[in-house]
Amino acid sequence: MFAEIEQYFRTNRLPHIWCPGCSNGIIVKSIVEAIQKAGLDQDKTVIVSGIGCSSRATGYLNFDTLHTTHGRAIAFATGVKVANPELNVFVITGDGDCTSIGGNHFIHAARRNIDLNVILFNNNIYGMTGGQYSPMSPTGAKGTTAPYGNIERPFDICNLAIGAGATYVARGNSFHTHQLTDIIHAGIANKGFSFVEALAACPIYYGRKNKQGSAADMLKWQKDHCLSKEAADRLPLEKKEGKILTGVLHNVSAPEYTEQYDKIISRFKEANSNA
Amino acid sequence: MTTAPNKARLMQGNQACAEGAIYAGLRFYAGYPITPSTEIAEVLAERLPQVGGRFIQMEDEIASMAAIIGASLTGTKAMTATSGPGFSLKQENLGYGILAEVPCVVVNVQRLGPSTGGPTAPAQGDVMQARWGTHGDHPVIALCPNSVQECFDLTVTAFNLSERFRIPVLFMLDEVIGHMRERMAIPDPGELEVSERKRTALPPDEYVAYAPVDDTLVPPMANFGEGYRFHVTGLLHDETGFPSNSSSVVGPHLDRLHRKVERGLDEIVMVEEIETDDADVVIVAYGCVSRSAAHVVREARAQGLRVGLLRLITLWPFPVDAVRRVAEGARAIIVAEMNLGQVLDVVKSAVEGQVPVYGVCRADGEMIAPDTIREKVEEVL
Ligand SMILES: Cc1ncc(C[n+]2csc(CCOP(=O)(O)OP(=O)(O)O)c2C)c(N)n1
Ligand code: SF4
Repeated sequence: MFAEIEQYFRTNRLPHIWCPGCSNGIIVKSIVEAIQKAGLDQDKTVIVSGIGCSSRATGYLNFDTLHTTHGRAIAFATGVKVANPELNVFVITGDGDCTSIGGNHFIHAARRNIDLNVILFNNNIYGMTGGQYSPMSPTGAKGTTAPYGNIERPFDICNLAIGAGATYVARGNSFHTHQLTDIIHAGIANKGFSFVEALAACPIYYGRKNKQGSAADMLKWQKDHCLSKEAADRLPLEKKEGKILTGVLHNVSAPEYTEQYDKIISRFKEANSNA
Repeated sequence: MTTAPNKARLMQGNQACAEGAIYAGLRFYAGYPITPSTEIAEVLAERLPQVGGRFIQMEDEIASMAAIIGASLTGTKAMTATSGPGFSLKQENLGYGILAEVPCVVVNVQRLGPSTGGPTAPAQGDVMQARWGTHGDHPVIALCPNSVQECFDLTVTAFNLSERFRIPVLFMLDEVIGHMRERMAIPDPGELEVSERKRTALPPDEYVAYAPVDDTLVPPMANFGEGYRFHVTGLLHDETGFPSNSSSVVGPHLDRLHRKVERGLDEIVMVEEIETDDADVVIVAYGCVSRSAAHVVREARAQGLRVGLLRLITLWPFPVDAVRRVAEGARAIIVAEMNLGQVLDVVKSAVEGQVPVYGVCRADGEMIAPDTIREKVEEVL
């Protein structure tokens, strides 16, 4: 199994530092499978991450990799992509990284429809700093900084992405890995801002604080609570209640930022060659 | 462009800085508008696509600093420009650029602070922010022009130093210099030296991203997208670029960052001296204030008074040797600056009590006029 995707990993950097039972590794595997399926040139692919447990993935991936500052991955990635639009650029980010400190960069990259593939590992908590609540912790969830239960309301990050102008938005989880690979793959095909929310399981901080059981129990929870959008479209309302929709939620086309900019440059190229 | 070579032009400082950047090879600019730096963005939005480069107006200054680092890693010369409040926002990623050794230029057209302060009021209050704004111990290179011509020429130097030393270079204008219009000449292509970063000669499987290969201690670079598959991080790292928290790795790493700049001091540290050889009183000044000071020196010399000027072109690393040298024969030093004594303190510590050091300091949004400096000169002579 691993042999097929081994070329995408820096095997000398493994084993990883993630806790036993953490689902980050599963999601990373889906990312590289999608890259393989899309046939992307490994040497023309750059992976950028912010700061957090999930963002440590760039260290293990055998590409040009850029591990940046907390929340700023999309802004660094914007520079990479705009300076060299030939590169395929991926962003690996956490729920805190992307929606809290990085929220502004997120909505603006979506608005520009810049051709990035952003994969948000949503474990509903700040893992790296030890279990504080995040803008994606459910109301009522516990965290070290929400000892009486979180009174804030979480983002529906997929709706936010759509509202901000992302042209491809999908949600997957770390149990349904084939679906996760497929939606990341379809996001690569979209020429524009592609956003995938991947539900992750952090058994160590979120799981323990919120009595979610073992790592396996948390994956089972994802299996039971996620419903693919295609299936949901065929089901009566009562069967959809309380379920989290997965699959492709939004897929439209709109002018992509770097292509639009290239049109401006080519105007001058023509003018210069005529002169 | 169809401008005749070397044709004298009337230009604004900010515009000259933007044109100098293009001359130096700038092909990516990311920024967020702020007075008094905005013209730099406006000129580059128009000019960059004409030369095949790209401009992007980011959502804020943090993002702009991030974007130029990302762009530079693809092998593209990159720059951002801002003013005090925006410079404050850039500090975290500025530290990233220093630690990860990414060449780029950050222009700060200073205005009165702190906080939103005085958007159109001239000041030189960011000297210490330039030195220590980002956290931790780190080297820094900061240059400071005092004319429109120099806004052009010294921007080219800023890029050159940044490429040669793999470090973000801070280009510290002030509002007066940024907005002033003067006659200047655009150099012909090839007239000014333009440096490129040292590229690795090794194939990807032998490349060690942060291993220096010669006594400059500056590791050669590869670009993203060329098959080197290397890792860049803001964490302290070993020569391979991967994080380490062993003190035997991080100590030498930080040490090398400092030493690569120290070894280049001769190349980096620039001053201009006017009549300092026999001066009884030496005025130390930089940026717009150095123009008032030069006027005072001319007038004083006409009256037979031995007054000289040491103009700091490089603010950091601080020109300690030059200050000591001019202090040797002098009876007093006067530091004139538009802040409450940021360089004054550094000069005092450089001369170590050998000679009295007086300040002419002002931070109220007004220029320091020649009269104010002259009064001080007369007082101490
Ligand atoms: C400017 C800044 N603020 C705060 C931190 C501390 N910090 C590191 S990771 C993190 C949260 C990470 O949470 P998330 O993005 O959800 O990722 P996870 O660790 O759960 O994968 C924080 C607050 C930092 N590194 N930088
Ligand atoms: S703290 Fe949570 S998210 Fe972080 S590695 Fe451990 S299990 Fe994974």
